[in-house]
Amino acid sequence: MPVNSEFQGRSYPPTAPYGVSAAKIREFAEAVGATDPVHVDADLARSRGYADVIAPPTFAVLIAQRCDAQLVADPEAGIDYSRVVHGEQKFAHHRPLTAGDAVVGTLHVDTVREAGGNAMVTTRTELATVEGEALCTATSTIVIRGGE
Amino acid sequence: MDAAPASPREATEVRRADAVSVGETLGPVTIHIDRARLVQYAGASLDRNRIHWDERFAKGVGLPDVIAHGMFTMGAAATVVTDWAGDAGRVVDYGVRFTKPVVVSYDEGADLEVTGIVKAVDAETRRATVELTATAAGQKVLGRALAVVQLD
Repeated sequence: MPVNSEFQGRSYPPTAPYGVSAAKIREFAEAVGATDPVHVDADLARSRGYADVIAPPTFAVLIAQRCDAQLVADPEAGIDYSRVVHGEQKFAHHRPLTAGDAVVGTLHVDTVREAGGNAMVTTRTELATVEGEALCTATSTIVIRGGE
Repeated sequence: MDAAPASPREATEVRRADAVSVGETLGPVTIHIDRARLVQYAGASLDRNRIHWDERFAKGVGLPDVIAHGMFTMGAAATVVTDWAGDAGRVVDYGVRFTKPVVVSYDEGADLEVTGIVKAVDAETRRATVELTATAAGQKVLGRALAVVQLD
């Protein structure tokens, strides 16, 4: 199998905090075509009850993929990144990521299984503020294509 | 809640759950994707995998051409739901399967067509479940694409 199956159930220590900035939110929102002014106008965001501008729903991937990199880059895991395809992605949000949040991610390898010569790895990243407020659960399934 | 502070733009009205019915449709919205867009997304998302902007590299690993980031497609499709809901902060759950790659040619790019349909509305929690369909070049590129939004 093109991945070490012993990694199922493994967890990694929380990552260093990622500082969510208004500039990165704006850049990400423009890139996906998210035109809601709540991403760029702090006064408007506050009028809707948010502390500052908020990120689009898929912005969390930026932090989650930094967490996933711990597994993908782990030589013991044996993952050939050039054979990796993103199969599935889910986000469960407790509240939107907001400019000013300092976010830590904790990576869990939930399942490692084989299907048709390929390996499928499902990871779950729990994102929380450094103060411990839960923000988002990001679940990702990657497919590692087997050899010919 | 306190009165909203003066703002150059008015806060958008969030859609009310009691005004939404199962079967209501969203879109279609057509989103054009070109190479420049993928480079922009690569920079914004920090996903700089060469298969999303380097044609020679993409073909070298067996792809027909440069393909869009799955996460770009997921993020672009989400705007159809957030625009409908009236506030991008109302998405509680959002999940997709990446069923086919979106191939982005140098000359034509690609057109992503997104539609949605309301599958469920919970009157008590005021949450609506929207199923999205995203197609490019006549093929479904997202599967089981479901967003749960908190309405008013």
